[in-house]
Amino acid sequence: MSESYPEPVSPLMGASSEGALTVREAGPTGMIALRGDLSDPAFTGPVAALAGCPLPTVWQARGGDGRTLLWMAPDELLLLLPYAEARQAAPRLQAELDGRAVHALVQDVSDMRVRLLLTGPQMREALARLTPVDMSPAMLAPGSLRRTRIAQTAAAIRVISEEEAEVLCFRSVADYAFRLLGGAARNAPDFGYF
Amino acid sequence: MSTRLAGGGRFLDRTRKIRFTFDGESMSAHPGDTLASALLANDRLLVGRSFKYHRPRGVVASGAEEPNALVGLGTGPRFEPNQRATTTELFDGLTAESQNRWPSLEQDVGAVNAALSRVLPAGFYYKTFLWPRAFWKHLYEPVIRRAAGLGKAPHPESRDADTYEHFHVHVDVLVIGGGVAGLQAAKVAAESGAQVLLIEQSAHWGGRAPVDGGTIDGVSTEEWVEKTLGALDALPNLRRIARCMGAAVQDHGYVLGYERLTDHAPGSIGPRHRLWRIRARQIVTATGAIERPLSFAGNDVPGVMLASAMRDYVVNYGVTPGQRVVLVTNNDDGYRTALVLAEAGVEVVRVLDARQMGGGALMVQVREKGIRVDPGRAIARVSGGKRVRTVHSCLADGTGNVLEDIPCDAVAMSGGWSPVVHLWSHCGGKLRWDEAGAFFRPDPARPPTGADGQAMVVPAGSANGELTLRNLLQDAVKAGKSAALKVGCEVGDIRVPLGQEVAESALMPLWIVPARATPDLRMKAFLDYQNDVKVSDLQLAAREGYESVEHAKRYTTLGMATDQGKLSNINGLAVLSDALGEPIPQVGTTTFRPPYTPISFGAITGEARGALFQPLRRTPMDAWHDANGAQWEPVGHWRRPYCYRRPGETTEMAVNREILATRRSLGLLDASTLGKIVVKGPDAGRFLDMLYTNMMSTLPLGKCRYGLMCNENGFLIDDGVVARLSEDSWLCHTTTGGAERIHAHMEDWLQCEWFDWRVYTANITEQYAQVAVVGPEARRLLEKLGGMDLSREVLPFMTFAEGTLGGFPARVYRISFSGELSYEVAVPANLGRAFWGKLLELGAEWDVTPYGTEALHVMRAEKGFIMIGDETDGTVIPQDLNLGWAISKKKEDFLGKRAQERVHMADPNRWKLVGLQTPDGGVLPTGALALAPGKNANGQRNTQGRVTSSYFSPTLGRGIAMALVLDGPQRIGEELTFTTDDYDAADEAKTTLTATIVSPVFYDAEGARNDV
Repeated sequence: MSESYPEPVSPLMGASSEGALTVREAGPTGMIALRGDLSDPAFTGPVAALAGCPLPTVWQARGGDGRTLLWMAPDELLLLLPYAEARQAAPRLQAELDGRAVHALVQDVSDMRVRLLLTGPQMREALARLTPVDMSPAMLAPGSLRRTRIAQTAAAIRVISEEEAEVLCFRSVADYAFRLLGGAARNAPDFGYF
Repeated sequence: MSTRLAGGGRFLDRTRKIRFTFDGESMSAHPGDTLASALLANDRLLVGRSFKYHRPRGVVASGAEEPNALVGLGTGPRFEPNQRATTTELFDGLTAESQNRWPSLEQDVGAVNAALSRVLPAGFYYKTFLWPRAFWKHLYEPVIRRAAGLGKAPHPESRDADTYEHFHVHVDVLVIGGGVAGLQAAKVAAESGAQVLLIEQSAHWGGRAPVDGGTIDGVSTEEWVEKTLGALDALPNLRRIARCMGAAVQDHGYVLGYERLTDHAPGSIGPRHRLWRIRARQIVTATGAIERPLSFAGNDVPGVMLASAMRDYVVNYGVTPGQRVVLVTNNDDGYRTALVLAEAGVEVVRVLDARQMGGGALMVQVREKGIRVDPGRAIARVSGGKRVRTVHSCLADGTGNVLEDIPCDAVAMSGGWSPVVHLWSHCGGKLRWDEAGAFFRPDPARPPTGADGQAMVVPAGSANGELTLRNLLQDAVKAGKSAALKVGCEVGDIRVPLGQEVAESALMPLWIVPARATPDLRMKAFLDYQNDVKVSDLQLAAREGYESVEHAKRYTTLGMATDQGKLSNINGLAVLSDALGEPIPQVGTTTFRPPYTPISFGAITGEARGALFQPLRRTPMDAWHDANGAQWEPVGHWRRPYCYRRPGETTEMAVNREILATRRSLGLLDASTLGKIVVKGPDAGRFLDMLYTNMMSTLPLGKCRYGLMCNENGFLIDDGVVARLSEDSWLCHTTTGGAERIHAHMEDWLQCEWFDWRVYTANITEQYAQVAVVGPEARRLLEKLGGMDLSREVLPFMTFAEGTLGGFPARVYRISFSGELSYEVAVPANLGRAFWGKLLELGAEWDVTPYGTEALHVMRAEKGFIMIGDETDGTVIPQDLNLGWAISKKKEDFLGKRAQERVHMADPNRWKLVGLQTPDGGVLPTGALALAPGKNANGQRNTQGRVTSSYFSPTLGRGIAMALVLDGPQRIGEELTFTTDDYDAADEAKTTLTATIVSPVFYDAEGARNDV
């Protein structure tokens, strides 16, 4: 880091809500949006090198060393990495790809979203109240990711383990998403659907 | 009288008593009762007044098809009107009240409508629109219409005390209906390996079978149901849910299930209703059948009941609706009720069987009990007011000449059964007419189809027209297999359980009772109890030319009540077909629409209430605004400060203060909500040249340009400043409300039209907090933060620079929407709140003043800048706003170019943008119209312009307005007359204002303030 900037403040300042399902804001996370041809090694090579892991397949997340690559769309990935690294890493990767005349868009979007971590045995049921995605373990095993909605707002849902998931929403609706997820667990007793 | 029997009642817990009230009267019942069975146990036959004629009505059915027994349930925040007593499980402390009566159920003045029934025929409302006109205002509307109706809406200020939720699941096979057929179909599908969800609308499994008798594989149906439930519960791939109604079958296997979790135990933890949003690959509808009433005069007197319902009350609830019962039937199944009643010790005084030869084995059993059966007989009419007193029998095929008066206190009627085809039909499943059963049944050749064009619904059991136990079980196995195969399961050999019951002889269709009933009898024979539609109404409709069943339905309102004609449908269209002289299948049915029975608004709403009613978008500085007097204004889903009120200030005072402080010294605006879309790629320049009316590809690096975007029809849809970030990337600013829409617009063109262009876009609106630093001291404040050279020479107007400003990574745009020296500074959103704080802290020496959207609007209007949504409304082109300078003449093409060349768009007489000034400095109303002489072809006053924006300008000390005016720019100095909000053509002198056309730039026309 060549410069030191003020401390970043995430939209919910790390709020958490306890209950049968714990909802906790992950705090500032580095995120880099990557748009390019996912079948072109000239694009995927430098991306994989930065991520430290191979590319995820459709609807999957791949984790590396403190970095995670999320499949977002047929021509879009999202790299999660430590917040302090994104600001430098994004332009460096863009420059590298530009230098090789690879058509791609690399954008630091670390401040654009809120990351909510869900923990607890009710994780699948709570999310099934809010999203039309099939939350069954068979369809959404750990490592899976869906871009969908929760209630009335866009969201990406990533299942980490049987009792852990994370939800990415836009930062402006952080408060809405937090109340929504907290409420989805608190308002209703577990009925063991999944 | 109706009363509790000494024995029976398989749903009851007779060891316990619970209390409830009906119209304030406290009564006692047992756990397991429904409200309907509990009322009958307490001899409450009269439970409501009918919709139109206020006739006394009693319970007629025992389930979801009940048309009469609708009550208001609960009190205060848990009050709900129009609840069916037959599907309301009783709990201790339940309070119910009857509906549509005044002052009381027993003494109801609305019954005057009944006396008027001869002048209230089918199509009454339509006719009264025509004649006599005065009656509408003085009689129909105030008196009759108020007297018609059902429950009252809850108090507008009451708030539902319960919570509701949605639940999304995806299954292979959804089985709707937990009767014998549903259980069997679910078992077959699940044992074949499919993931199965089985839902049942009532609290009990097994449907009618335990009441109707028979055996399956040699054991009683009740025993078989218990055994089968045990087998189902051992299957890990099957889940069954009681109290969950299949409400709707929609496209692509999307089904709504309506689960009532706590209606029977209000106040329990958890949601009251759960709306299941189910995606099923195959749907089995095992929804059973509903018995049809018979249409004789007085068939709505309390105590007249469906035969099947009567035996339900005896067997399930240990209640008999009467002590001396007459059964009238046209089929063998009705005899089961006589047997059940006799078994329970209730006297069956007579069976009237419309068939000349009577029935089969069941009739013999009834006769063996010593019950007299009169074949070829039916009911001429029932007399009695609030309860049945006498049945007057007649020949079934006669005109209604009374042969005998039979004293009794209840009548059981059976007109045959109709399969519940609703869910099969919701998504397009067609029906065929079954002559033998006289009912419509699903036509397997024309099923509702899914996305693959294949059948997605398979009906099973009596819902499929298979009414005997033996056939029903075979059909259920077939349905379960079919569903399992379609979802890719392998289906082995499946043994069909053997259903056995007494064989039945044929039914005789009888739609009007007696067949040649005289007009006075037909006027008292009800088809649709809930909407008070009689046999005579349908016949009148046919005489008046209503040949289509859909038209006749709307004209007579047959089947249009909250029960959607569950009892009246087939009888009504049979009467219509008879009147038209056409066979029933030719007349056809009306459309079956979801939901099957009404579902609560709470269930539809789910979590979307209170703070979660809608997502509220907040900027990184939202909390500061909120703590500092922000008066919020919704902009899209965002909330933005309209102004910041200080103690003692009105909104108007705050707005004026903010404007004056900004123009005098220094203002701050949270502009984070502005849309920001990055566009990058080898074809990005070409792409933006197509999207904007002006040239963006030639914008030099580091510079900004104001651009306009039109749709392909030429209309202005958005505007904003574009910055050239690099050789192949641009940042497009959009309006606050336009970010998502414009991003979608871009992707639409890229994905659908110009898919070979190499361009990527990203909506990065929320990545940045953006602050407009505005006013003569703006540069000094930024220089005080330090770190970037923002001098006039280094950063002239319409350029931008990146750097570190006061320790913040920043991009600084020198752009102005106020006419003042102005910068917009973008910092990462996570630093936005800190940056805002820093600006406030360092700006204190210049009295830095945060301002809101209203000050923004006024200042832009003072400069004559347009606002998307004010000066534009979807019909305005840039040329109307004198923005021709921003339309490239050099470009071969851009979106909207061709449209703008069309005759109407190029018409020199289009209304164009001007400013307006009132003689006394007053403020014109926004939206005011400029009057023109004469009237148009429709007799409306001609107009020649309209006010698009109007404000009080504190800078100028007077009102300013912008308007679109015919030939406006050529008419500077002319005076126009404008309407006020209370414009009255008869008194124009007092209800109009005048204003003079001026330039729309009211302030600093030469731009000196920004040129520093």
